Amino acid sequence: MAETPGDLFLPRLLPPQEFFAEGNRGCQGCGAALVMRQVLKAAGPDTIVCNATGCMEIISSPYPETAWRIPWIHVAFENAAAVAAGVESGIKVLRRKGRYHDRRINVVAVAGDGGTADIGLQALSGALERYHDFTYVCYDNEAYMNTGIQRSSSTPYGASTTTSPSGRESIGQKTQKKNLPMIVAAHEIPYLATACPSFPLDLMDKARRAFQTVGPTYLHILAPCPTGWRHASDLAIEMGRLAVETGAFPLYEVVDGKLKLSMKMETRKPIIDYLKPQGRFRHLKEDDIKEIQRRVDENYEKLLRRAELDEGG
Amino acid sequence: MGERVGLEVSLAVSEAVKLARADVIAAYPITPQTHIVEELSQMVADGDLDAEYVMVESEHSAMSACCGAAAVGARTFTATASQGLALMHEVLFIASGLRLPVVMAVANRALSAPISIWGDQSDVMSERDSGWIQLFAETGQEALDLTIQAFKIAEDRRVLLPAEVNIDGFTLSHVVEPIVIPGQEEVDSFLPPYEPQVILDPEKPVTMGPVGFPELYTEIKKQQNEALLGSYEVILEVWDRFAESFGRKYRPVEHYRTEDAEILINMAGAMSGTARIAVDMMRETGKKVGLIRTRLWRPYPFDEIRNAVKGAKAVAVVDRALSFGGQGGPMCSELRSALYPLAEKPVVTSYIAGLGGRDITVENFQTIVEDTGDVLANGPREEYKMIGVRE
Amino acid sequence: MAEDKPSWKEYPMAATIHSPGSATDQNTGDWKSMRPVRDSSKCDKCGICWIFCPDAALYMTEEGFYEVDLYHCKGCGICAHECRKEAITMVEEGE
Repeated sequence: MAETPGDLFLPRLLPPQEFFAEGNRGCQGCGAALVMRQVLKAAGPDTIVCNATGCMEIISSPYPETAWRIPWIHVAFENAAAVAAGVESGIKVLRRKGRYHDRRINVVAVAGDGGTADIGLQALSGALERYHDFTYVCYDNEAYMNTGIQRSSSTPYGASTTTSPSGRESIGQKTQKKNLPMIVAAHEIPYLATACPSFPLDLMDKARRAFQTVGPTYLHILAPCPTGWRHASDLAIEMGRLAVETGAFPLYEVVDGKLKLSMKMETRKPIIDYLKPQGRFRHLKEDDIKEIQRRVDENYEKLLRRAELDEGG
Repeated sequence: MGERVGLEVSLAVSEAVKLARADVIAAYPITPQTHIVEELSQMVADGDLDAEYVMVESEHSAMSACCGAAAVGARTFTATASQGLALMHEVLFIASGLRLPVVMAVANRALSAPISIWGDQSDVMSERDSGWIQLFAETGQEALDLTIQAFKIAEDRRVLLPAEVNIDGFTLSHVVEPIVIPGQEEVDSFLPPYEPQVILDPEKPVTMGPVGFPELYTEIKKQQNEALLGSYEVILEVWDRFAESFGRKYRPVEHYRTEDAEILINMAGAMSGTARIAVDMMRETGKKVGLIRTRLWRPYPFDEIRNAVKGAKAVAVVDRALSFGGQGGPMCSELRSALYPLAEKPVVTSYIAGLGGRDITVENFQTIVEDTGDVLANGPREEYKMIGVRE
Repeated sequence: MAEDKPSWKEYPMAATIHSPGSATDQNTGDWKSMRPVRDSSKCDKCGICWIFCPDAALYMTEEGFYEVDLYHCKGCGICAHECRKEAITMVEEGE
């Protein structure tokens, strides 16, 4: 992990250029906008973004305003990876024929959790398998926030959304959060990582590594959403930090098939610290929280064991 | 001036794509289109075509990848049929909306259910309003020529719209015909490399496909429609230029024995060959019958159609698609609308035939003409008739 | 009829936007009810506020402080919450 007290002044060394512009229409405290800002700082100007329909697309491109200072295209919801595949293939052949720049271009597909784990999963899987030289960035705000906080397969267990509401007969989301990064890892791509903008240096290091790697790479980035998670907007960074420090959203990399935890936490903060400030979890009872804690521990232990195994091998 | 060979029509389309020096091909297999993309992948594998061949995991992704490739300035091709075209539906509108000159061959096939791999034109008719330039071929030569022309039309800066070449599944796609393969140099001079106007380029960043609020959406759609309507003149220009270079002449509407014809058959695609035989036979018995074949379906050639029916007493439109619960045949609806403003217009009759791979026989055309004669004598009856259906 | 609005002929093809980053013209600063105020005596210029701002609404001054760009700052309060020196406080707009 990069975030040690000695690194506190490191932000001053980060690239000052903003490729995701101020004046975008993101909600107050939008984690996804921050994800984009940090990712593009790592990417630099030689980058093309293929954006799925969703929060990021809506808040960034109401004609004639655009938040993008790099070339950007939006085609549809479920096909960001396929569009990126076309962009990458096009550049490859045109470069060969002397009709495009020779320098390396980061081709980046950007989609939310719905556009990735649900409707866009097929296109993502296809593009990874075909081994296009591109980076897929999933900003995971854990529901369809743009359309009004409906559940996705990436919504965590127990979260109340507008289509998985908590009620007399329901805890809210009844299913466990889909483990997208591990589904992606099963494609045996050269690099993938989980990240969170609350750990910006870690995020940007991983993004840089993804962009520098030839072949398909994947970044799964937690994007706290004050609107959908129902917490105060100033707590967005804090929520991301707690998601990581409780083990609810562990940070790791899988490099050439080997998993490495970005910070190994033998002891972790109790999950209630993360759940309590969020309105989407407010209805949870003590037993529910115990069950969530048990699950988080179980998943984290699994990751620890896998990391040990991979390091030993 | 090229070489005349016996060639399966699907392979002639592939040959056209090779001659056009396509940069990116993204496709997914579906019968009866597969021979086109199999041949293209072989051409790429053998180094005969310098292109990126993207074997995507669905037609939706095929069209999406085509959009991405076209957006960086690549000459882009795909082929599909039936369910595949239906799966692309969403992205077809985006390709035209983003003004990306993708070229696509459709080996027309029926839509499920019941599932049918056989030919009709229901697939393309469902995409009628997708904003694509839409052409129908009758012969293998035409399939090859139209494919080469489609790139030139689509990429013209006055147009910048995707274009689709329809070839009837099996009855055209899988038949072997004598076809003249033009020389590469001639095609190169007819169709120079694509020079895109706006691309995704870090040196000149653009935002493609932004959110369009109600304040401008109508204007952007008007702009797109004007481009499609305006493509008509460009298409004629391209056809003139093609005739100069290759000697083969094309028009939006083909006429066959229409002079003095009282009853005209109107249709599109390969079954017109059979219609021609039927026309000849009926002419021999003294019936004044002719054929007008629609080659250009979008933009619809209103004036050509209006001129083509001048003097005729009736037009019998034969559709290989059925608009359920509506007017019946989509081509007939279109023709009726085109003729409606005319003070003097022929009677229009509508027939649905050749669904899901059923042949349209010479006898069917004779029945259609007789039935139309009956309508002329005794007045109109039903909105449309399904030909050959067992009652 | 709104005659001051552009005709269809005047829009760029497909509404493609040719002015990268034009969102910067938008005053998202008027969304806020609270604004951040820095106490320079407490600020150690670490830059944490800057890197955590979802709106890129801070910029470095010549003295090395990160100044809030009030035209874009939406008042989310992240900078104030994250500042380890408690050098930023959120105050009501108009105060």
